[in-house]
Order: sequence, then C-alpha cells, then structure tokens
Amino acid sequence: MSEASDTVLTTQDGRPLKASLRKALRREKMRAFLLIAPLLVFVIVTFVAPIVDMLLRSVENGIVEETLPETVQALASWDPSSGQIPDEAIFAALAADLKVAVAEKTHTRLGSRLNYEETGMSSLFRKTGRRVQRMEEGPYKEQFLKVDEDWGDLAVWQTLKRFSPPYTAGYYLAAVDAQQTPDGIKMKPEDERVYLLLFGRTLFLSIMITVSCLLLGYPIAFLLAALPLRTSNLLMILVLLPFWTSLLVRTSAWKVLLQQQGVINDFLVWVGVVGDANRLVMINNQTGTIIAMTHILLPFMILPLYSVMKTISPSYVRAAKSLGATDWTAFWRVYFPQSVPGIGAGAVLVFILAIGYYITPELVGGTSGIFISNRIAYHISSSLNWGLGAALGTMLLAAVLILFIVYDKIVGIDNVKLG
Amino acid sequence: MSDLPAYASTGQRLWYYGFRIICGLIFFYLIFPILVILPLSFNAEDFFTFTKAMLAFEPAGYSLKHYEDFFTNPDWQQALTNSFLIAPVATILATGFGTLAAIGLSQSHVPFRSAIMAILISPMIVPLIISAAGMYFFYSRIGLQGTYWGVVLAHAALGTPFVIITVTATLVGFDRSLVRAAASMGANPVTTFFKVQMPLIIPGVVSGALFAFITSFDEVVVVLFLGSAGQKTLPWQMFTGLREQISPTILAVASLMVAISIVLLTVLELLRRRSERMRGLTPG
Repeated sequence: MSEASDTVLTTQDGRPLKASLRKALRREKMRAFLLIAPLLVFVIVTFVAPIVDMLLRSVENGIVEETLPETVQALASWDPSSGQIPDEAIFAALAADLKVAVAEKTHTRLGSRLNYEETGMSSLFRKTGRRVQRMEEGPYKEQFLKVDEDWGDLAVWQTLKRFSPPYTAGYYLAAVDAQQTPDGIKMKPEDERVYLLLFGRTLFLSIMITVSCLLLGYPIAFLLAALPLRTSNLLMILVLLPFWTSLLVRTSAWKVLLQQQGVINDFLVWVGVVGDANRLVMINNQTGTIIAMTHILLPFMILPLYSVMKTISPSYVRAAKSLGATDWTAFWRVYFPQSVPGIGAGAVLVFILAIGYYITPELVGGTSGIFISNRIAYHISSSLNWGLGAALGTMLLAAVLILFIVYDKIVGIDNVKLG
Repeated sequence: MSDLPAYASTGQRLWYYGFRIICGLIFFYLIFPILVILPLSFNAEDFFTFTKAMLAFEPAGYSLKHYEDFFTNPDWQQALTNSFLIAPVATILATGFGTLAAIGLSQSHVPFRSAIMAILISPMIVPLIISAAGMYFFYSRIGLQGTYWGVVLAHAALGTPFVIITVTATLVGFDRSLVRAAASMGANPVTTFFKVQMPLIIPGVVSGALFAFITSFDEVVVVLFLGSAGQKTLPWQMFTGLREQISPTILAVASLMVAISIVLLTVLELLRRRSERMRGLTPG
C-alpha cells in the first residue's frame, strides 16, 4: 500500500478532516434550524393546531358516549335489526344516565346534537329530562313510554346506537346531502338538499370569475408588457392601487355603485338607457358577486401574466411576421403559447382565492350569490352545528390544497412574488 | 405593439386604436370604483349617489360632515383605536419571527426545507374562512377566543408568510462572501448580522412588515370569529355597517383608507428602487 492512502488528512489541530467537516456541517444545520424553530413552533401552535382541530371536529362524536355512558355500554348487546325495541336493562341504564345528565344540564346539548340526524330528538330529550327525576324505582320501560311514546319508536334507538361510537362520518354525509339510514347510506329527500347545490354554485361562480379575470387581465398584461418601461410603470399604478386598497373599501364602493339608487343606475336613467321605474337589479344576486369579485381579484391575474409576458422576447413575433405570418397567426401560434404558463399561474391563483371567499359574497351576494364559505360561517356562528361546519370546511380545504399542488407544479412555491 | 409603423393597413390601425380603447375601459373598471367614493364622501346629504347640487359643483352640495362623524363617533373611534392596538403588535411578532426564519431558510443546508416552507406559507394559502373556523374552535378550547391576544396571535400567523417571501427574495441576491469577509476581519456573528446583513436585507424586511401590517389592518374574517366586542376593529365596524345600517360615514372611512394605501404603495415602490440600487441593478 502506498503511504498516501494510509495517512488520514487532518486539520491543523490534529482532528481528521472528514470528522471536522461533518461537525461543521452539523453546526450549520443546527444554526439554520434554530433560526427557523421559533416561527415553526409559532405557526404550528397558532395556525396548524387550529386546522387539525377542525379536522378532528368534523368526525368527533364523543358526546353520546360522554352523556350516556351506561346506555351506550348496554346498547352494545342490542341488535338494531331485530325489530324489537330494547329491553328493561337498557331503559334502566338510560334512566340512570339521564338523571346525571339532567343534573349537569348536558341532556339538551345531546338532544340538539342528535336532532341533526333525526328530527324530534331535541324535544324528546328535553321533555324526558323534565320528568326523569320524578321517575320511580322499578320498571323504567313503561314509565319512559308514558313520558313520550317516541321511546317505543325503533328509529330513535337505531339513531342512538348508530351514533354511539366516538367517531362518525355523519357530518360528511350531511355535507354531501346524504344520510345514514337503517338501510345504508341514502340521499336526502330532494327538498332538503342544499350543499351539493351550494358546492356546484361555488364552483360555477369561481369559474365565471376566473374566466372574466382572464378576459380582462390578458389585454392589460399584454399592453403593459409591450409598452416602454416608463409608461408601463405609470399604468401599473392603476393595477396596484386597487390591489393595495382595503377589500372592504372596494366592496363598499361596489355596493354604492350597483345599488338601485346608486351611481350606475342613476347614470343609466339619466342617459335614458333604462327607465326610472325599471332600474337594473345588480346587487344581492350573482351578478353583483361576479362584478365585485372580478374587480377584486383582477390584479392577481394581471401580475403573474405580466411577469411571464415580460420574458417573451419580441423577436419571436417579429421572426414569425418576417416569415409571412399575419398579425393574428403570429400572436396565436407564437406569442400565445409562450404566455400559457402565465395564464395557468394566474387562473389557478384567482380560482383558489375565489373559491374560499367570504366577505364580498356576504355583502353583495344576497341569497343567490353566496358561496360555501358563507354556509360554513353560518354553521359556526348561527346554527352552532360545528361538526357540519368543520366537515364543509375540510372539504373546501381539500379542494384548495389539490389546486395548490397544481399551482406549485406550474409556478413553484418559491416563485411566489408580491407587488 | 409599441408604435404603429407608417405602412400599417387600415385594419391594423383600427385594431391598434380599438385595442387601446378596450384597455382604457378595463383600466377604468379597475380604478373608477376607488375614485368614485372620494367625491361621494364629501356629500352633504346622506345619499350614496351624486346629488344635483354636487353635479353643479355648488359648495352647498359638499360638506365634511361624514368625516366629522367618523372623528367624533365613539364607535368608529374605538374601532380605530383597536385597529392600531392590534396591527402593530401583530406586525412586530410576524416580522421578528419571519425574518429570523427567512435567514435560516436561506442557509445552504436546511433539512426538510420544502416541508418547512410549506408549513410556514400555509396561512397564506388556506382560505380565511377555514383559518377563522379552525382558530375559533381551537382558541376557544385554550381560552384565547374573544381576547386581545387571540386576535393578535392569529393576525401575526396570517402575516408571517408575507415576511418570509419578501425577506427570502432579498436574500436570494445576497452575496455570502460578505459575511465571510466580515468574519475574517474578526466580526462576531451578531456584529456581522447587524452591520453587514441587516442593511442589505432591510428593504425586504420593511416591505414584509408593511404586508403584515396591512394584512392585520385589513383583516375582517378572523377578527369576526375570534374577537369579542372589545376587539372591534375598523374593518369589522365597516363590515357591520355595510351589512346592517349602511351609513355614509363608511365612505369617509373608505376614502381615508384609500389615502393610506396610496402612502403604502409609494413607500413600497421607493423601497423596491432602493433595494435594486443597492444590489447594483438599475431601478426599473
């Protein structure tokens, strides 16, 4: 063996070079990690944990087992398909559970929870709750049936049994207008279906908004990219000023403009296009949502389009024309294909932003122009059906994340630029 | 598309001017709603449209009464105060954490860089209504719902992605040999950071901070869910005003906010030019 391969290269202080380099690399990694750690912890606690909490809430169903622990245990041996209502032992367990629940005032909460699945449960629990403390020792079954004959209804017990496990897919089923029945999963009756329609409408309006943004944004980006820098920078202010103006300011502006007694209608009446009696209804409907949201999201389309078009060299179009192409052919066959990445980036961005919008549809959308997000907000703050709100939110989140992966493939997450 | 050549045909001429007219109309659509509220906010009547007196430019048609209402009404003043109590604290948190993390992310060896980046950017991607819903559930579990700090923490989390993106962008052009040069002349890491790195990345930090500030100052969905009456901010007050009893005072507030955004836009543009100058690029 030659001497060179035997000698281990060392640093000045005698340590092997390899180990020393490894240590330096480890220290560098450590330093980078220590710089990132505070924010990572901060974002995980303030942001990621809430999202995970929402995912859990959409399947969580501990309330039945917490409120009626003995009944749930007793029900384990009951066969819901037997066609028989449960026996005395289970009624006794229910009585014991309900007495505790009434003392802790938790039975009404359980009632309203189960009411989402089977109407009438809320009043059943409230009514029984009032009487259960006065029940006598001894056979409970008859006493319960005397309080409310619904306790003899098989469906009540089937619902109770079905929602005994600590987790449920019930909220997701409700979010797609389905429900669990004794005969398996079925769609809700036609007149009770709301969510699929709302998802469909959210999708339709978001596509409409994205298309209008593209139609309006493409010419502007094209013009800005073609003009000399000094002029285009000036015109860029007209794009950036709306971008920087508060969302509520822009929404209030549209509310003022589109009203029946608003500026646009006044102008149209003054010009004589429409009569004073039949002023246009442009607000509190889908038209209002599309007009206002296109305006709000247009800069998000123009900016990525502009940054792509800026990189297209004008010599390609010139070359095409010198080879005999008409203006249109040169644009369509040479320029347009090169601007497609910009269209992709802008369209996905606008679509992602549109699909989760809440404020503008709430203010100018009326009832026909609202999105799924408005329904989520309604369930969280008004109807208090948090589980359903969480399930709808999770579905929307999944849609946005899939779209974002597409966006990442087109643009790359690191290439996001602002202003 | 620059200038029309002398040999252009009639069709080309038509298209050239037609295209510019179309673009002019789109620019009008972009800017008109913002400009129209400025004169309307000086309306002497409680209308949302131009009165005859205004169109005739009679002084009697104009007044400052909506501005007066904004500056004297306790509701609006409380909302303004709350906004200025929440936004700066959220900005400081977001900028501090965000700048450190961006510096960490720009090092050459970061394990799981893309995964970390995805988590840190996520508050910007997730629709606000979902963030608000999740935060409402989670913060009410840990007792932060309806508190000042709940809103501040939430706004800080929403602002951090902007800081990371802007600071990372300035660090891309950062020459690492400058750090080594400083170290070789005996500066310790802290001195190097404040004397060498900081002056170069400061435009990115400031524009990130502006983004974080405007995110918090303009945010309404999260505060609607997380805040209680004591945290009513300016956007919240505007939102309820627009939804329930629309009063022209909103136009005065909106005009003031347009003025604020013009100032912010100018500051950002100046920062961008400074940053490009310092990196030896000619200002655009």
